[in-house]
Amino acid sequence: MCGVCGCGEGHTHSHDESNDHEHAHDHHHGHEHGHHHHEHSAEHAHAPGLTQARMVQIEQDILAKNNRYADENRRYFSERGMLALNLVSSPGSGKTTLLTETILRLKDELSIAVIEGDQQTARDADRIRATGVPALQINTGKGCHLDAHRVGHGLESLNLPEHSLLFIENVGNLVCPSAFDLGEAHKVVILSVTEGEDKPIKYPDMFHAADLMILNKTDLLPYLDFDSAQCIQYAKQVNPRIKVLSLSAKTGEGMDNWLTWLRAEMALQRIEYA
Amino acid sequence: MHEMSLCESVLQIIEQQAKAQQFAKVKTVWLEIGALSGVEPEAMQFSFEVVMQGSLADQARLEIIDVPGVAWCMPCGCEVLVRQLYDECPHCGSHQLQIVDGDQMRIKELEVE
Repeated sequence: MCGVCGCGEGHTHSHDESNDHEHAHDHHHGHEHGHHHHEHSAEHAHAPGLTQARMVQIEQDILAKNNRYADENRRYFSERGMLALNLVSSPGSGKTTLLTETILRLKDELSIAVIEGDQQTARDADRIRATGVPALQINTGKGCHLDAHRVGHGLESLNLPEHSLLFIENVGNLVCPSAFDLGEAHKVVILSVTEGEDKPIKYPDMFHAADLMILNKTDLLPYLDFDSAQCIQYAKQVNPRIKVLSLSAKTGEGMDNWLTWLRAEMALQRIEYA
Repeated sequence: MHEMSLCESVLQIIEQQAKAQQFAKVKTVWLEIGALSGVEPEAMQFSFEVVMQGSLADQARLEIIDVPGVAWCMPCGCEVLVRQLYDECPHCGSHQLQIVDGDQMRIKELEVE
């Protein structure tokens, strides 16, 4: 199906190792299990009807495949001078509103596109398209995160011009997307002040993986007990390098800082390193 | 976390290796899981059994090798053990810790036939 990666196979298990079925009847041959079998792999002299257990060294990162696709995406972005940001948060933090408000302010000066990850529906992509920029919805079905492979296919179908700004809005989930590199320049974690200031230490993986944290919905602070300083301290405890922006996508307070950050990051993509 | 899809990746690697290294059945899988990898060993055991069903690793045993979290404390200039990403240096209390080990999730080896 897919020329690049041959992914038509999908996740189905292949059962057609038909030439190996002479092994079918004899699985119990009293091999002791243990860690110290490494030296026996060369022994092929098995008695009729018996198969020889052996050890196979693998030493592979479980996420190696995802990371390979992520590297390809990263190369794609860098060849085209594109800035790709992976937006992560729990559901309801205001990611999509932040995006639509950002797009409305930047679309006249930048080429922008969005990849939307959700388990179901195209509602978020519809909201983005209403702003006039291209959006691609990826439904992950039962999956809890976007992976680099699906994003790579998204890039093929979006076919964006050079120097575009691509937002990848990940599935609303503060846990799983942290482990999956999509090839982005930065993970940006969005935390709304209605969620509680201890989220960074409750879900440390995500805050550890992100370079920027956006504290959203600050217009609601007067009605809440949310302690912003404490929240930022927790985030820096998990990740001393994390930068924090406070804003309200709804009222526009603090949006200028975020736009400045985006423009600066866009400018960095135009640098041609030796 | 996302143990189910991690197990699917494990199966894909096993299937590739089965072709490359000529085996038809997997009896034991050793995974190295770091304390800071975000992987829950119990959830991994559960997902492993489900994902491997009907594959060449059906009924295979999963052995998880725990790897402790190790970080480099920048102010102290020494290695310290950490259990969580938000731990502080036990010597100086700093959070300027650079993780050096314990964030891995790797397939180490297989017992096959």
